[in-house]
Amino acid sequence: MTAPFDPGQKDHLVSALVRDEPRVLTRITSLFGRRGYNIRSLSVGSTEHPGLSRMTFVVTGDRGVVEQAMRQLEKLHDVVKIIDHSLEKFVDRELVLVKVAITPESRVEVRQIAEDFRARIVDVGRHALTFEVTGDEGKITAFIEQMRPFGIIETMRTGRVALTRGSNADIPSHVYHEGETETLRPVVEAAEARETQAGGVPNLF
Amino acid sequence: MTQTELNGAKALWAALSAHGISTVFGYPGGAIMPVYDALTFYPEVRHVLARHEQGAIHAAEGWAKATGEIGVCIATSGPGATNLVTGLADAMLDSVPILAITGNVARHLMGTDAFQEADITGITLPVTKHNYVVRDVEELPRVIAEAIRIARSGRPGPVLVDIPKDIQLAPYHGEIAVPHARPEIPAPKPEAIEKARELLQSAKKPVIMVGGGSLDAAAEITALARAWDIPVITTLMGLGSFPSSDPLWLGMPGMHGSVAANRAISEADVLLGIGLRFDDRVTGRVNGFAPNASIIHVDLDAAEIGKIVRTHVPVRGDARVAAGLLAEGAQKLDLPEWRERVAEWKTRTQDPDHWGAGYAVKAVVDRLRPDDILSSDVGQHQMLAAQLARFEKPRRWINSGGLGTMGFGFPAAIGAGMAEPGVRSIVVAGDGGFQMTAQELATLKKYDVRNVKICIINNSFLGMVRQWQELFHERRYSEVYLGDSNPDFLKLADAYGVPAYRADCAEELPEAIDAWLNDPKSSLLEIVVPNEHGVFPMVPAGASLSEMIETEPPRPTPGIEKNEAAEEAKNA
Repeated sequence: MTAPFDPGQKDHLVSALVRDEPRVLTRITSLFGRRGYNIRSLSVGSTEHPGLSRMTFVVTGDRGVVEQAMRQLEKLHDVVKIIDHSLEKFVDRELVLVKVAITPESRVEVRQIAEDFRARIVDVGRHALTFEVTGDEGKITAFIEQMRPFGIIETMRTGRVALTRGSNADIPSHVYHEGETETLRPVVEAAEARETQAGGVPNLF
Repeated sequence: MTQTELNGAKALWAALSAHGISTVFGYPGGAIMPVYDALTFYPEVRHVLARHEQGAIHAAEGWAKATGEIGVCIATSGPGATNLVTGLADAMLDSVPILAITGNVARHLMGTDAFQEADITGITLPVTKHNYVVRDVEELPRVIAEAIRIARSGRPGPVLVDIPKDIQLAPYHGEIAVPHARPEIPAPKPEAIEKARELLQSAKKPVIMVGGGSLDAAAEITALARAWDIPVITTLMGLGSFPSSDPLWLGMPGMHGSVAANRAISEADVLLGIGLRFDDRVTGRVNGFAPNASIIHVDLDAAEIGKIVRTHVPVRGDARVAAGLLAEGAQKLDLPEWRERVAEWKTRTQDPDHWGAGYAVKAVVDRLRPDDILSSDVGQHQMLAAQLARFEKPRRWINSGGLGTMGFGFPAAIGAGMAEPGVRSIVVAGDGGFQMTAQELATLKKYDVRNVKICIINNSFLGMVRQWQELFHERRYSEVYLGDSNPDFLKLADAYGVPAYRADCAEELPEAIDAWLNDPKSSLLEIVVPNEHGVFPMVPAGASLSEMIETEPPRPTPGIEKNEAAEEAKNA
């Protein structure tokens, strides 16, 4: 059954700081799966804190669905903090590899467009060029649209990564000391901070 | 190894002992043998040998539900571990603190499809609050301490710790970790309490609804309701959170709720929900639930607030603290019209007056003493017991609410009876559910448990399924007839050395109940009742509470078709 079109449905960019332990990824994705939240993109990497990983995911849904997903995530023991990037200024990037078909006639034009986008050529074939592009979603989409008429053979996107703008870390260094796992639970404050920043959303707690 | 040297297995028992765990329920097997070997050095911990791992975990749940303390169960790897899954799911949905310990094959065999290997942490991921594989013996006591803390703190739940066999055998050199303090639950926000209080003050038709999350806040909730003079509804899981004898009590809401509770919800203008999650069996059709009410929802689990019903005043925090704060400065609401209306609904009760399952259940629950623990299995008898039993205090009613696990009641009653040997632990079961864990009669016998009283309401059918088939499937009684193959329950009990009694009609019932309850040993009572008896009131699945069917609809040809149906079932 396809859900009726809901204008409230949109993408939400969310980061999760999680313990770097086995099965954490499964635990998080299975929670999404069981409760029927759709992940559009997911990227995971280590952080400056040993033992902590950072996940950035894009969840599609209305505001309520995303709030519920985040609260369910916050209950997991492995989750240290959830950051909803829509509530603050953030920078986000995505890396994409795009393999574009070329002919002797189109080669120069394709290269010229790539240069305009500051895309790097990472592989050269007889009938194709592979580009690496980083940027926010708009830039990547625009690049792909520009290349589409020439024939896109395949693409691979990493999924978005994001950080809050400004000088403050999402999780202060002093919160986490290796071995002292009991201090690793600032999610309650995080939830409160989120609520107060939420503006139009009712101040729940 | 000398007796004093520790290995992983001994460190486990030392840790459990240090946490004050006095009783564990379990079943041995190859991959947990070092733990059972080490058990012989720790006589301070009592191990109860169940006859099936599912029996062990339900007993642990019964222990936990009766005491509010953590229940512990142990199983071996593979089939032993997977037999715990139903109990874990049950504990997850009913927020029961459970520590499940499983053995696993040695680390070098994990992932090789070794004998009796199962990826139990993978399997139980969605039905545990958290789970661990211990990969370093020096971590073991710390993991146990953390697991116990997670199981008990916040919203309680099951935690599984999987211990590979080589870890159980590895020498352990560290200290035994001391229990973690329970983390403090954040106090409800003063603004939220203030808003809730304002809403209550303005209410013309207020109602309080409390669930399983308010069992430990019964005193505060009682004070709150009396201070404001607001009627109280207790959900299936919340029965006992408010004394049934109080005139403000309206009974249970939902699918088999009371007329008073469901009508009050449908008309209320303010609904204060405390420690409940608005299960679909409580709400009926969600958009028809409390359609006129502003809802105040108190819960310590943020994810529950707004999950099912729209919430006007969310209050995140401990039920006890929140109820205490809401009672402060309360002034009795003067609402004579609302009182009258509620009182009128309250007279519309379904006291069973003719012989049948309801009559039998009422005769049993009328004999409850305030301290008695009443467990139930799952089915018609469960709903009848929930409707008819009266509880003056919490943690005296034990049943599987969220998962609806048949086979739960009897082992849970054993666990509860062992936790509180001084009180009677009575279980009401059906002939279907009882047979799912009937082998635990052996556990009763082995440990000479004397206070467990089993009552089987035998209607020869899977009664609740039959009721639905009757109402919604044009009486096609597909695969629900048990009467042709039920055992002789008296002989079955006798085979396990458990005294048993039977009543076949209303006239025999009082004497049989007396003999059963007065037996100094644990004993069984089979009550044979007519097989077609429904549980009413009933809100059909998918309907709203206001569409409740109050009384049993008349049958086309009473008393005749039932035999035809049974014959058909037999011949099918």
